[in-house]
Formats: sequence, structure tokens, C-alpha cells
Amino acid sequence: MTGNEAVAYAVKQADVDFISAYPITPQTIIVERLSEYVSSGEVDAEFVPVESEHSALSACIGASLTGARVFTSTSSQGLALMHEVMYIASGLRCPIVMAVANRALSAPLNIHGDHSDIMGSRDSGWVLIFAENPQEVYDYIIQAFRLAEHPEVLLPVAVNLDGFTVSHSSEPVAVLEDAVVRSYLPRNPRPRLEYEEPSSFGVFALPSHYFEFKVEQERVLRRAGELVEEISRAYPNSHGRLVKLSKFNEDGRIAVICMGGTTGTVRHALKHHGLEDFSLISLKLFSPFPGKELLEALSEAEGVVVMDRATSPGAALPPLASNVAATLYEGGVSLPLLSVVYGLGGREPTLKMVLEMLDKAEERLRARGRAVSRMYLGYGGGVA
Amino acid sequence: MSRRPELLIPIVFEAGNTALRKVANWRSNRPVIERRLCTNCLICWIYCPEPAIYMDNEGNVQIDYDHCKGCGICAEECPRKAIKMVMENV
Amino acid sequence: MQVSKLLDLYGREGLSPGHSACQGCGATIAVRQVLLAAEPPYIVVSPTGCLEVISTPYPYTAWRVPWVHVAFENAAAVASGIEAALRVLERKGLGRRHKIIVIGGDGGTFDIGLQAISGAFERGHDLLYVCYDNEAYMNTGIQRSAATPIGSVTTTTPAGKRERKKDIVSILVSHGSPYVATASPHLWKDLANKVRKAQSIEGPTFLHIVAPCPRGWYYDSSLTIKIAKLAVETRVFPIYEVENGKYRINYLISRPRPVEEYLRLQSRFAYLLRPENAALLEEFKRWVEERWNQLLKLAAAFPP
Repeated sequence: MTGNEAVAYAVKQADVDFISAYPITPQTIIVERLSEYVSSGEVDAEFVPVESEHSALSACIGASLTGARVFTSTSSQGLALMHEVMYIASGLRCPIVMAVANRALSAPLNIHGDHSDIMGSRDSGWVLIFAENPQEVYDYIIQAFRLAEHPEVLLPVAVNLDGFTVSHSSEPVAVLEDAVVRSYLPRNPRPRLEYEEPSSFGVFALPSHYFEFKVEQERVLRRAGELVEEISRAYPNSHGRLVKLSKFNEDGRIAVICMGGTTGTVRHALKHHGLEDFSLISLKLFSPFPGKELLEALSEAEGVVVMDRATSPGAALPPLASNVAATLYEGGVSLPLLSVVYGLGGREPTLKMVLEMLDKAEERLRARGRAVSRMYLGYGGGVA
Repeated sequence: MSRRPELLIPIVFEAGNTALRKVANWRSNRPVIERRLCTNCLICWIYCPEPAIYMDNEGNVQIDYDHCKGCGICAEECPRKAIKMVMENV
Repeated sequence: MQVSKLLDLYGREGLSPGHSACQGCGATIAVRQVLLAAEPPYIVVSPTGCLEVISTPYPYTAWRVPWVHVAFENAAAVASGIEAALRVLERKGLGRRHKIIVIGGDGGTFDIGLQAISGAFERGHDLLYVCYDNEAYMNTGIQRSAATPIGSVTTTTPAGKRERKKDIVSILVSHGSPYVATASPHLWKDLANKVRKAQSIEGPTFLHIVAPCPRGWYYDSSLTIKIAKLAVETRVFPIYEVENGKYRINYLISRPRPVEEYLRLQSRFAYLLRPENAALLEEFKRWVEERWNQLLKLAAAFPP
């Protein structure tokens, strides 16, 4: 199945109660497929076809606060439209699961894949997971529900899949049985809207209280990161466990850090082209950023290449590179860093381009010493 | 205070606890009901924005002076003119 | 269950005193009355606005019933989510259906919230939307909204608003809502019965309540009910209901009071009453006249 189909299938098996979503390329299939499942009765849920993404996430918050298990999905402009509500979803501690088929942001209008949509919301307090392929999408969506609904977490979780390359590519996916998924996802009570337990959700906080709420959110997000191991250990398929990052070729001197679909291309390049000098760190958890695990993974590295599928205009570095640099600095580690921006607007990094990148990487790293060097992979058709 | 202080979350679990706030110092005038004119018709009660008017156990309408802001609507609307607005002692 | 006397309503208040509403706030009177009339169990949803801010200063809340606030423009979307989720939770034995009452101001209803309401009403969710109309964005300090009447002075219309008030009732009637009505807090019996009627009807229903605001309309706080009464008696705020497209005028004002009696009491219309602005005043009167006549025609053409 494709990445989108994997999302829909996993959500169906998770005994979701409420789905509210708006179609947008390249996520539309998720909405259509779930709508079919609800209509045929394969899943007992309410599907509300709202009139905008902003209303989609708003309806999800309302539904989540009744204690229901809630799912939505979007991309690009839709994610940007629901931006204000994302902060509210995490502030109100709603365990919503959202699949984001990452797509470029307008202007100019582009319907193809890159990570700029979710990077625009990286401060919204959500747990952000990146899947490499449809199998991971399936496994991570299910684990996302468990992580979101964990009594110590109660935070919204977004599972990201590259638009078109992961959302629309078809691969064999090993699925669990319905009953197995259900038993992995028990229901936990949490504060909810009910006449016999009258509470006020979403109150007004003056300067005397707001600060503490926000710092508490930071703490809870970090706790969610700590609990990833616990919830994934219980996952019935040991090969599908959510990890914060995985490393390929431990002995490589130069670490390449990548997220999402392109990780597969890099791994293939390393595996089949004898590039033993390089190791690949596939990052699955972007928020909360696994600084400790990353420092451990980089303990033997002599240089690091960070691949970003988004830019952060006006910022010191693109999003992932920025987090990596900060992590290194916090850990007192100084390494040559090459920040690569690739694949914007769906310009897929081919194997040839990745090989070229790896070829030039070492010289770029060496040229700048401890400073940061940059590369635009695919710009103007080549390597810039 | 939130009944569940360990849950630092923007939810208040104590329904209606604004009643603990005494907003009495908002007012400059206070309504005073003249018993002999009052028929306990409850018109003042339905028009009070707080509500700071209630019926006691004997069925008499009373002003809740802890929460009355002194807006004067009750005095204005009373069909018997049984409520007078009296200046607060400073 | 019909409400005939005040004692029918006396009972458990939905709102607790001690909130931060201004003295004489028309909105809280309206909301209090709605909650006294509403049949439990229900959940209240509010958009950002006066009501939300005055009623929930953390760690306090004035709400004695379950309540949720999310953002300014999405109250109807949040309510849609709650309504649908409770259906499925009841089916699965994990919860129970409640009546949903959205209580929002004119800002979050006529303007920024209109998309969400349109969507919710088109999808036909079972909820009651109550709009307390204080005719401007009062919470942010009296800026004009689509509900501000012509000639009214606000901070963003210092020379009086030139545009007419948006007709929210006809917008929702054209969405096919089974019940849309107007009400005034001075007519407590009419208001209470409309709330009960709306709740008894399955589908999206709407109640538009006039809520005089002492701060924004600039009058002495004791006159709130009197001004609401004058709004109705001068035909500025007609009281009527539309049930499945059939119009019924509840208070047929055959001998209306002159509009000046209503305008004179509020300093927001002081500009309008100045002799040099006679043309704008004429425009105001024409609006009241035209709207009343149109209402009469609709009531005659589509009687219940």
C-alpha cells in the first residue's frame, strides 16, 4: 500500500472515534479512504467533512475534549491555515494524531513534497515524528495514538510523510491484526466535557499564570520523548518500533543526518557504493529533539552532514541543521558541519545527486574547518 | 484554586468558583429592598447580570452584597419601586 | 416544557457571580437567562470575546456547567466536533450525548466566525447557537463589527458607521436552519421559551439576542433592560422567529415609539442626532422602516 493508504489503514485499526479533515494534495487519499471506511462501517467513527483545515483541527479539539480518539490529516497550506489552532491543541493537552503529507508552501504554489510546512509549526508544542516509508508510516501512526494518549503526555502528535514520494509510493506493508492493534491501544480516562463533571477548558490566563503553563508544556514534551521507549517496547511488531533515531554503518567518520523518504536513498548509496567513510543517522523524532541520543550517535564522528528539506530564510541555519548545531554546542562538541538544503518543491534528490553530494561532502567539510559550510543539492540542476 | 494543582493545564475543575471573589468593592451604590413594598415577584432576579439576587428559605428576595456590583438595574426595573439605590459608606 | 412564570425558571444557575463583567452588562443577563431555560445535560462552547474573558480568569471560572473555549473564529467548528464525537461515544458506550449550546458575541458570529457557522449549519449538526449582540467588538475596546448599526460611533468608525447591520437571521435561514429567532433579555419569557423550543428541534438552531452594553453604547448601567425594551418598541430590533422558513413576528409593534427615544439614551448615537448629520439619521430610520416592512411581507408570504 501507499503511505496514504497505510495511514488510513492504521487509523481504521486504531478504533478511532472521530475524523475531521479537509482534502489537500497530496493527502487527499487519506481523507477519501477514511471516508469510505466510515461509510462502509469498517470503522465505527464519525467523519465530519469540515469546510476548512482551521475548522478541521478545531473540530478535533472539541471532539478530543469529550474523551474521543481523534484523527486528522493535512499538508502545506492547510497546515499553515490551522497554525493558530495547533498551539491551542497542545496548550489544551488534546491527544490528537495528525498525519502530515509534507508539501511545499506557497508562494509560488507548489503541490510537491518538502518539509517546509511542518517546519513552520515546529514551535507549536506537538510531538513530531518522521516516517521513511509506508511501513514506518503504518507503525508510527499506531504508536502515535499510544504516545499521545499516555496519561503523562496528553499531547497532539504529528506523523510526517514526504508528499508524493512516501504518500503515493506503493510498498508491501506488514500489518497487524485488528484485535492486536486494539489491545495495544487501551482507553485511558482523562479530563473531559461532561455535565456531571463540569469543568472549564481553555480559560484566560493573565501574566501571573501564563509563563508557568508554557514551561510546563516544555517539560511534558520532553517527558513524551522519554516515554517513546516505553510505548514502543510494547508494540507488537518488534521490527516496527518507534525509535528516536537509527544509525547505519556505525564505523563511518562522517555522519549524514536525514529525515523522511530521502533517508532511504542515502542508505542505498552508502550500502551499494562502498562509501564506508560515511554513516547515516536516520532521525525519526524531530520534536522533542533527541539531543542526548544524537550526541551519542555522533561521539565517533569527525564531521557531520545535515540534510534539510526546508529552508529557514533569515535564520542562521535551516531547521534541522539549526537543531543539530545547537545540540553540538550544548554538548560542548565542535564538529565541521555541512548544511545541505535539498528537494524543495518536490525536486527529488536522485541517487546520482546524493552520490555527488557525498563526493563533495568531505572536501567541503575540510575547506571550512570548524565552521559551517553549505550546499544546495539540486539547485539549478546540480550541486551548488 | 484548581482542584488538581498537580495538573498544570489551562482547565479549571472547580465549577463556578468565581463566587469566591468578592466583587463588592466595585460598587458606589447598593440596592436596598423595602420589605413592605416587595412582593417577591422575582423581576429583579431575572434581570440581575451577576446574579447577586436570590430567594431565601422563606421565599423572600434578598441581595447578595458580596457579589452585587451596584449597576442599579434592579432598582430601575422593580415594578413596585421597592428597591432604592443608596450610596455606600466610604 | 413551556415557561409561564419566573418561578418556573428559578433554580440552578449556569453562571456564578463574581465574574468580571461590567456593571449592568446586557450579555450576562442574556446568558444567565439562556442557561436557566436550557435543559440539561448540555455543554457550552464560547469563542473569544467579552463573555469568555470575563468568565474565566484562571484559576477561577464562573461556569457551573461544562464549558470550552478554543479560539475566536471556530466556536461552531469546535461545537460540531463535540456534537459528532458524543454521538459516536454514546454508540460505543464511552460517553453520552449532550445538548450543545454555543454562546458567542457578534464579533465571533457575524464576522470572523461566519465561515465556521456556515459550515456547521450546512452540515446540519444538532446544536443551538446563541449570539449575544452588543453591536461591536466590545472586548477589544469597542470597534465596529458587521453587527454595528448604521450611524453608530465606535473607535474604528469615529464619524459613525456608514454601512447597515448585517442580517444574520436571513443568512442562517437560507442555510436551511429549522429554527432561527431573535430575542431580548427584557422579554424573559419569550427568550426562555425560544431556548427550549430551539433545543427541542433537531438540527442547527440560532438565537440572536440584543445585549445592550453600558460601556460601548455609553449609557448609565441601570438602563440596560430599558434600552433593550426601547430597541424592540422602536422596531430597531424586531422580535420574530423563522421556523422551517415560515416567519412569525412575535411582537407586532403597531405603534412604534420614535427612534429618537432609543437613540437619545446612548452617547454612541450622539453624533447621529446632531443636526448636521440629519441625512445619516434619515438613513438609519429608512433602514428600520425597510427592514420592518420586509419582515411584514415575509410574514405574510410565508406564514407558519
